[in-house]
Amino acid sequence: MKKIFAAASNGGHWKQLLRITKPLEQRFEVVYASTHPKCEAMANGGRFYLMSDFSRKDAWRLLPAFFSLLRILRKEHPDAVLTTGAAPGLVCLLAGWMLRYKTIWVDSTANAVELSGSGRIARHFASRIYTQWPDLAKDGVVYAGTVWGVKSEQ
Amino acid sequence: MIFVVTGTQLPFDRLIRMLDEIAPQLDEDIVAQVNGSGYLPRHINTIDLLPPDEFDRLFSSARLIVAHAGIGTIITAMQQHKPVIIFPRIAALGEHRNEHQLATAKKMKEAGWVYVANTKEELSELLQTPDLHPLCTIGSSASESLVGSITDFILGS
Repeated sequence: MKKIFAAASNGGHWKQLLRITKPLEQRFEVVYASTHPKCEAMANGGRFYLMSDFSRKDAWRLLPAFFSLLRILRKEHPDAVLTTGAAPGLVCLLAGWMLRYKTIWVDSTANAVELSGSGRIARHFASRIYTQWPDLAKDGVVYAGTVWGVKSEQ
Repeated sequence: MIFVVTGTQLPFDRLIRMLDEIAPQLDEDIVAQVNGSGYLPRHINTIDLLPPDEFDRLFSSARLIVAHAGIGTIITAMQQHKPVIIFPRIAALGEHRNEHQLATAKKMKEAGWVYVANTKEELSELLQTPDLHPLCTIGSSASESLVGSITDFILGS
């Protein structure tokens, strides 16, 4: 069974990630990483790693996080790294790219008029970039649906 | 009960102040999760730093959710079939780092997924609409097409 390393910051990014990985678990082994210990209980019983949290404001914390994620990814040896953001997810994707795994960025549904700042950086190296807004699917950015999934309008 | 969610990163005094001014016209309790808010409301209850289980309890017992345009909150409200009114933060007023909440709220309103209020009048009107129904509900996972595309991409050589 192929393995996915799925990472996202706590909060909306993490909730979006789980809506994607839940169905993926039928086909893949999914290992999780997030920025808050309480996320482990939501990781559907999969293996879980804690990432340090930072934003672009305290970017110096990026370096220790990057080396820690490199170590974890070497150990897990996934077939693909998948993230919904934000900055810690980007660093995870970068570590995955260095190790030559497939890297997949799903830009948050919160970015309706342009890709997120982290998504624009990910475009330079990620093997696949998804947007959740059809208008933003151009120049190699792919739209294939949303984290919202099937909606029943009432 | 109306539960108000403003996220864990930045205060949102403008929304809390408006709700405080609207509250006397409503025959319903308002409970707001705030974050280091400087404004002290008189007519609504505010709670800072809620533990997750208490947050979930308030969320599920609410009739209606009022929130900043935080995706986590919108997902949870839709999963629980609750109507949600989005009141976006405005970066120009120092409420966020960039204006993506305004743009996202506008797009989500166009898509017919959520109610959106940008002014006190719009918020007041929605809060006084009897039996505001959820505009749409969602299942437990992302679009099959998105999951399928990711699957194909990983399995492909």
